[in-house]
Amino acid sequence: MLDLKSLSQEINSKIEEINDRQSLEAVKTYYLGKKGIITEAFKDIGKIDPEKRKSFAAELNIIKSNFLNILNNSQSRIDLKEIETKLSLETIDITLPANEIVKGKIHPVSQVIDELTSIFAEIGFSVAEGPDIENEFNNFTALNTPEHHPARDMHDTFYLDENKKILLRTHTSPVQIRTMLDNKPPIKIIAPGRTYRCDSDMTHTPMFHQLEGLHIDKDINMGHMKGCLDFFLKRFFEDDNLEMRFRPSHFPFTEPSVEVDISYKLENNKIVVGKGDKWLEVLGCGMVHPNVLNNVKIDPKKFQGYAFGVGIDRLAMLKYGITDLRSFFEGDLRWSEHFGFDANDVPTNYRGLSK
Amino acid sequence: MKLTVSWLKKHLNTKATIDVIEEALTNIGLEVEETIKTNNNLELFKVAKIIKAEKHPNADKLKVCKVDIGKKNINVVCGAANARDGLKTVYAPPGAIIPKNGMKLVVANIRGVESSGMLCSENELGVSDESDGIIEVSNKKTGEKFFNKSEEILDIAITPNRSDCLGIRGIARDLSAYGLGKFIEEKKINLKQKSKKKINVEIKKNSGCFAFGSLFIEGVKNCESPNWLKKDLESLGLKPISAIVDITNYVMFDLNRPMHAYDADKVNGKIIVRQSKNNESFEALDDKEYKIPSSACLITDNTKVLGLGGIIGGKSTAISSDTKNIILEAAAFDPVVIAKFSKRLSIMTDAKFRFERGVDPNSIEVGLKLAAQLITEICGGKISKIKITGTTKNKNKKVKFDLNNFKKLIGFSINSKDCKNILEKLGFKIKIKKQYFDLEVPSWRPDISQEADIIEEILRIKGLDRIESIPPTSIKSKPALNYHQKLFHLVQRSYASRGFFETISWSFTNSKLNQYYSDKNIKIINPISSDLDVLRSSNFVNLILQAKSNLDRSNSNLQMFEVGPVFNSDLSQEIIASGILVGKKMSSTWVANDANFNVFDAKENLNYILSDLGLQVDRLIVQKSNKVYYHPGQSGDVFLGNEKGPKVGSFGTIHPLILQKMDIQNTNIFGLEVYLDNFIEPKKPQRITKKQLIKSDFQIVERDFAFILDKNVRANNLISVIQKTDSLIKSIKVFDVYEGDKIDKEKKSLAIKVLFEPSDKTLTDKEIDELSAKVIAAAESIGGSLRSQ
Repeated sequence: MLDLKSLSQEINSKIEEINDRQSLEAVKTYYLGKKGIITEAFKDIGKIDPEKRKSFAAELNIIKSNFLNILNNSQSRIDLKEIETKLSLETIDITLPANEIVKGKIHPVSQVIDELTSIFAEIGFSVAEGPDIENEFNNFTALNTPEHHPARDMHDTFYLDENKKILLRTHTSPVQIRTMLDNKPPIKIIAPGRTYRCDSDMTHTPMFHQLEGLHIDKDINMGHMKGCLDFFLKRFFEDDNLEMRFRPSHFPFTEPSVEVDISYKLENNKIVVGKGDKWLEVLGCGMVHPNVLNNVKIDPKKFQGYAFGVGIDRLAMLKYGITDLRSFFEGDLRWSEHFGFDANDVPTNYRGLSK
Repeated sequence: MKLTVSWLKKHLNTKATIDVIEEALTNIGLEVEETIKTNNNLELFKVAKIIKAEKHPNADKLKVCKVDIGKKNINVVCGAANARDGLKTVYAPPGAIIPKNGMKLVVANIRGVESSGMLCSENELGVSDESDGIIEVSNKKTGEKFFNKSEEILDIAITPNRSDCLGIRGIARDLSAYGLGKFIEEKKINLKQKSKKKINVEIKKNSGCFAFGSLFIEGVKNCESPNWLKKDLESLGLKPISAIVDITNYVMFDLNRPMHAYDADKVNGKIIVRQSKNNESFEALDDKEYKIPSSACLITDNTKVLGLGGIIGGKSTAISSDTKNIILEAAAFDPVVIAKFSKRLSIMTDAKFRFERGVDPNSIEVGLKLAAQLITEICGGKISKIKITGTTKNKNKKVKFDLNNFKKLIGFSINSKDCKNILEKLGFKIKIKKQYFDLEVPSWRPDISQEADIIEEILRIKGLDRIESIPPTSIKSKPALNYHQKLFHLVQRSYASRGFFETISWSFTNSKLNQYYSDKNIKIINPISSDLDVLRSSNFVNLILQAKSNLDRSNSNLQMFEVGPVFNSDLSQEIIASGILVGKKMSSTWVANDANFNVFDAKENLNYILSDLGLQVDRLIVQKSNKVYYHPGQSGDVFLGNEKGPKVGSFGTIHPLILQKMDIQNTNIFGLEVYLDNFIEPKKPQRITKKQLIKSDFQIVERDFAFILDKNVRANNLISVIQKTDSLIKSIKVFDVYEGDKIDKEKKSLAIKVLFEPSDKTLTDKEIDELSAKVIAAAESIGGSLRSQ
């Protein structure tokens, strides 16, 4: 009969020495394999004196289960050690650079158009469009600027035909005409787009962007205009302390006509829009001229409203501190990288206009 | 329009300072662009007399001068050699700033002697370069200010409607209505007629001149203008010429009444105002010879052209220093004729500027009288009777004004008394009826013709700050963006999300480059420069130009895009979203080797973007593109659904010839275009049209095939014939293309992976074999043969 006590001791001492998977397997086979010591001992139980058989079997079972336990623990210990070894071999210099990120950019003009659209959408405006190639009627005549009117001289117009009937629009105002010809009031639109004037120097480019606004209904008065512009300018510059000043002016297509200044201050020679002691002209507006309404077959006795026009590039420059207008159209990627906006930086009213 | 405060005060009785005037002008719509204020510093410099000049106790070259500065005596240390007893010079007190060097004076202790201010040299005062010694003054009294008071000048931007404010009197009238002072009524001028001379004037039909006022002055002696007149004109930036000419200019700026003076002895017979005939010409006062187009308004005599009416006078009858007899002209011209011909001849004069905006036709007589009075005062002479030929035919316009309409348009109400007060001061004649005002518009306001104009007048004088802001409402009748506007927005964001930089370039470009994109150029009649002379036929023209300048700055890997209009020869335009890929996909790092962009990168980006715009990529059909600006063998057009479906995009390698012509070397450029206007708005939104999600629980089977095909068979053909064979085919992917030694020269091998997805039960081996057979049969139907499976 096997001496279980010494067996137990022997197992303990053998397992303690084991440090790798192979030896572990060998020990396991030595005791529990087909011809293993413990396996054999179970086979021989029948040969044991029946009186001792029961206690022998019980003790042998305990030894087996202890052995399995120890075996498991050793297994875990060896696994852990192996992984640790592997990890230490796999360690790399994580300060090495990853691939460069490839990140596109949205042009500031597009970003500002999105901001403006978001602002005006909030107060019920929708976006209207018109072509860049316009006729003289929509660009001038219908807007109460007949031929030989001195106001035409102020727009240095690009013409596409010798008779000066076809031109590149000098402002977004012809979109007003198209919209009013195609729709009946109420009309509440904004129209952003490219505009062209034959003018080029440090502060003028032959192409630039404007946003037109038009609101026509039965009882829209200058108070509505002021409220709308106040809302827009405060939202756009993200400053509720911004002040606005109306000055009388003249545009052929509005009567009365107004120029709007906003407050700003100089900080280190930089214009900072917001509360301040200085005024900066930002837009022109007014009540749509009765002649214009007549030209588009809207009865000025029944309907009235306001229109405004604002330079988008200039808004972008003021808000984002861009000093050179010409740089907008040069396509220098260093500029785009610096002033451009991320693809997912979409202005919304819940998230805010700018990051 | 410039004016001086002193000139303004000839018409306006006011004590307002220049700051107050400036603010008032801005408030009433006469925007002040610049103000030049009195230089208070210069007022500090006074004429002083040296009572005693003694040697400085501690310095050999300095003197201590006891100086009389008018009411008191002070001590000044001075180093000038000419400082001596009894000399009159100029003294600057502490606090004054020396004009020459900007130095501010303080009370100083110079070698133990206190010096209160400084005696100045001509150089330090900025009156000459003389710096040797202090200035010696003879014509001024001790204690008097050395500098004459400088003029306070305002420069105003006059809007085109306000021709009346092109005369200083008009500005004064506006300010008086605003409440800044009392408008000084014109003094009636009574001229003594001493000359019997008669002027014979004839105005022919359609001449462009409505009335011609004239006056003869006999026996003048033209001379230099007196100081006040020279100063007034110089302050406005005009160069004084001679008294007669200066006076006509003075009247123009004072009353917005352009005038002209002829040397009467050089006028041959009568004055005839008529339309020009073809090929007439004359030499104008600006020394240029003008060829006059027909139908312009000419002032002529029996033999020659005297001038271009209302625009510029002629040299033949110009006033000179020898002029003895003059004819003064004040006329009324048709603004349209003036505008048309001055523009055609590119002549810009102060008279033309005024006539095309509108000159009060009733000011002919007033102008002639004022000019004649000034001329006889300064140059002597005898005046004839004023003669006005033609009629001004100017009945003043009548406008009805309903006070309620002011509130309706502006939002706040105004009382009748205020309205009356404002309008009267602006020169309106008013009859108050029960419901409205009957107004007669003053003849100097051609801009006013209807009620809205009256409302503006009252509003601008009353103050725009009175308008109460009404907060906007958020009621929406339409969605902010329509389908195509959403696409515009989405395509920008989609490009940027793929690593492209958005640029905005001119809508016009260089015809020499544009010709590679279209054989029909849309020319601009008056381009800003010869390299921006046509509208662009493709966004690529300018995009590639911009890419080139980036390449020239050694930025060699580029992804750029622009969404904007492209113009067709029929003057229609469409919005195209165009992108280019240049150079390498990423700059090489230790992680991955760099790879050049290729045409399939353009295609991949295009697919991605089209998918962002709501199209299903598996519904896109690619056809060979025939766009001339792409490599003919490496470009495709992309259609939706089938080849007759809308063309939604193109991609390809930009034609190497274009890069060669533009001197772009060592790189290819790959382009992609999205034709936003060709997108058709789905009738129903995606959330409704989207199919139910069906997930098969059965094993997906994957089989690879390689087919040998003719080279000209396109991958698309193979895929579409196979796709049609069985509905269980979930996808077909090309994973290898081989052309080379191992197969026939005319052939290529395409290896594809086909996925079969059963819907109701797991596929048996037999069924899989049948499906495979169908795939092979399909390939064979287009001439393919199985290479391996």
